[in-house]
Amino acid sequence: MAIKTVINAAGRRVPLKINGQPAIPFKGVGKHRPEGTKHSPPVPTCNDFPSDGNKVVTSLEEALHRCGLASGMTISTHHHLRDGDLVSNRIFEIASAMGVKDLVWFPSASFPCNEPLIRYLDNGTINRIEGSMNGPLGRYVSEGRMKGTAVLRSHGGRVQAIQDGEVKIDIAVLVAPSADSFGNARGTGGPSACGVLGYAKADSMYAGKVIVVTDNLVEIPCFPLEIEGNYVDYVVVTDKIGIPEKIVSGTTQITKSPDRLLIAELTALFLEKSGILRDGVTIQAGAGGTSLAIAVFLQEIMKRKGWTAKLGFGGSTKYMVSMLEEGQMNYILDAQAFDLDAVRSVEKNPKHVPYPVFNAYNYHSKGNLTSMMDIMILGATEIDLNFNGNVVTHSDGYLLHGIGGWQNCLHARNVIIPVPLFRDRIPVIVDEVTTLCGPGELIDVVITERGIAVNPLRKDLIRSLKGSGLPLKTIAELKEEAEKICGKPQKPIFEEDIVAAVKWVDGTVIDVIRKIKQG
Amino acid sequence: MNSTIATAGNAGPKVRSDCEITLQLKNRSGIKIELASKVAALYGKSIKEQCIEILSFFNIRNADLRINDSGALPFVIAARLEAAILKLVNTELEYLPEFIKENRYCSTAGRCRFSRLYLPGNTPAMMINAGLHSAHGIILDLEDSVAPEKKDEARILVRNALRQVNFYGAERMVRINQGERGIADLRMLIPHNVNLVVVPKCENPGQVRIIENEISAVRKRNRIRNPVFLMPVIESALGVENSFDIARASENIVAMAIGLEDYTADIGVQRTIEGKESFFARSRLVVAARAAGTQPIDSVFSDVGDIEGLKQNVTLSKAMGFEGMGCIHPRQISVINEGFAPDKEEIQKATRIAAAFEEARKNGLSVVSLGTKMIDPPVVARAQKIIDLAVKLGRLSPNWMEEIPAEGNE
Repeated sequence: MAIKTVINAAGRRVPLKINGQPAIPFKGVGKHRPEGTKHSPPVPTCNDFPSDGNKVVTSLEEALHRCGLASGMTISTHHHLRDGDLVSNRIFEIASAMGVKDLVWFPSASFPCNEPLIRYLDNGTINRIEGSMNGPLGRYVSEGRMKGTAVLRSHGGRVQAIQDGEVKIDIAVLVAPSADSFGNARGTGGPSACGVLGYAKADSMYAGKVIVVTDNLVEIPCFPLEIEGNYVDYVVVTDKIGIPEKIVSGTTQITKSPDRLLIAELTALFLEKSGILRDGVTIQAGAGGTSLAIAVFLQEIMKRKGWTAKLGFGGSTKYMVSMLEEGQMNYILDAQAFDLDAVRSVEKNPKHVPYPVFNAYNYHSKGNLTSMMDIMILGATEIDLNFNGNVVTHSDGYLLHGIGGWQNCLHARNVIIPVPLFRDRIPVIVDEVTTLCGPGELIDVVITERGIAVNPLRKDLIRSLKGSGLPLKTIAELKEEAEKICGKPQKPIFEEDIVAAVKWVDGTVIDVIRKIKQG
Repeated sequence: MNSTIATAGNAGPKVRSDCEITLQLKNRSGIKIELASKVAALYGKSIKEQCIEILSFFNIRNADLRINDSGALPFVIAARLEAAILKLVNTELEYLPEFIKENRYCSTAGRCRFSRLYLPGNTPAMMINAGLHSAHGIILDLEDSVAPEKKDEARILVRNALRQVNFYGAERMVRINQGERGIADLRMLIPHNVNLVVVPKCENPGQVRIIENEISAVRKRNRIRNPVFLMPVIESALGVENSFDIARASENIVAMAIGLEDYTADIGVQRTIEGKESFFARSRLVVAARAAGTQPIDSVFSDVGDIEGLKQNVTLSKAMGFEGMGCIHPRQISVINEGFAPDKEEIQKATRIAAAFEEARKNGLSVVSLGTKMIDPPVVARAQKIIDLAVKLGRLSPNWMEEIPAEGNE
């Protein structure tokens, strides 16, 4: 039976039902008004918990048993252990052995280490993944092999979905580098320290049952706590929750590519000349090699001018920490630490503060942090002539990345996308994005090694750049230049089947991803 | 040419923007193409069409083609296929991709040559964005950076790059091979707007004259009007001894460079960062080049990671009289360009001297003093050189004399 589809406000054909649940088509930025009350999990009682506060059970298996793991449930995890996570896959191994079917895995992100889950997707233990999918899992979805339809949400969209009850988590399994027997937990300490647990807060508050898994049980109180024991049902102590060298990079590195360095330098110059960079600025940049190089160039400018950023929002890296320590940044608010310097800093520097995405990114909230950021540096796989952005699929149509915080960050004052004009032969500036993840009206500037395109909606920026000597071009000129060098690309060919839906920050459906036509 | 199968190009896990093409000639059953490419979904069709067009240009009707592509641009694919064809077919034909109009510019003898970026002639990934890094010159190198068995295919690739890659105004240089192979390089490449030929391992003026004659012949044959300049590179003791004669060997020599890796090997010493072992050779080269009215150019600094060391090297080099250096990585370019350019202080001092001299001249004096220092004609001449350079680099307005601010301001 074909599912009814409509054209949404962004001109994309989307279904009115996803996985049997009604879905609201995207209505435009800021157009959808939520109604009703927030989701509330069942009311617990202290009667059910030991009065000595000791919630430790013998194994993850027992904890899942006691939580009543059953077919059709939604299981959430966070991704703070990144590619070193040893627990997520274990959940589904246990579930498979128990004969449980049709689970929904609801991670805040997945990593290459989760590739073994394909086995449990194949054998029916998992019905679908609602969360980011990279590499092999993305390919699996794009080839139409997953039973359910994937749902892609931004980090903020994920907590919005939890809060609004769009996704009801039955069991949250939250790994914690340090925890006490009551379930208080934090991201620092122990052999698997990841620094911050910024993605776990909403899960702990809204899930039906919460299991904390740690390899570093500490005396009560595990302080400073990021997960509060009052939300936790069971604590599991295992030998090892993660592989340390895969949790944080020993050290993040700025790009060595001369072309990327050129883009980074141009971005810093743009920020300086446009007047966006100033004393008291607020900054967010990612941990990619180009973003890190931009941070280095910005720090140089700020040092020279004697400027200080009011605050920076992490993912934190040693480059941001250096700004904090050398006086170019007053505070780091941090949802995740990317390298060892960042982990160390958050542990000892009172001005480097864990800050959950629940507070930073949630669109159904009383304001959030992203709209207060002056400088937002983001990436993209494609940007089109209308400045629309794609971050999840490649131009060949394959789903290969998660949204991360990208959509949420689009609400910043100045959204700047430094990207190469083409990668190998693949143009980044295209006629129309393969998958729409962010509407062009929110993307202000695209900076490539061959020129800078400012969104015509930003007349103020265009004015401030008059006489700056920067290589300003229109987005169409950039696209033509890319096609002149690479040739005009064909479009990938899709089948009708929808394999994944892309949600906007307000829970509406902005686009879908269709099955790749093979051969 | 009895073989019917040939391969050209590069493939492998680290190779980007290149392809490896294996061509097997057949007697019947048309063209069969097997394509493995990361961009197949986007360019599979156009890659195949391009290959069929090229095969048909060379009158090949029956062949099996295997392409292992890592995102090669069309000019690279064309070069690889042509190279494979030329290994199997004896032909005078050349498949020339469009010559983009941005590449038509010509050079001048006196232009700045502070930085010249070496690009290995058989590595397309490094060519594509090379022009973006503001090097004064781009050297497509066919000599030491290309393996002997890859020389022929590199020449075709360089030809296509000269036609298709926008170098954004950098002087278009080619370093040719020595001997007969170098002559073949010239024959194929000179028609494609080479601004300057770098002549490696130059030891006597005769070598330059052979190259000069060949270039003249090619220019005449192809009715080329743009000048083709020469930059001999001195890389041996004999070359150093003959450097003045070499610098005068052709009126098209605009610069002369020293190559210290080979030179130090030739005199049997280690190359050091301080460079004491090459001090004489470098000085000798500066004097010879100056005496012949050409630009003296220093050797490359080979530690790409050591930017501080490079800076010191540039300072020393400039102090010795050099006017530029080779670069082996784009990161070195800005350091070198900055280092050889006159700085603010130098420019300021020079304008003050020139202004004071002009003032004195108006008053009929030929010797003036600025502060406690006497300014005589050589001092003025040096100041004028700095001013000319600053104007050329856009660091000083050509009308600076009228715009000169009151003493004490910038």
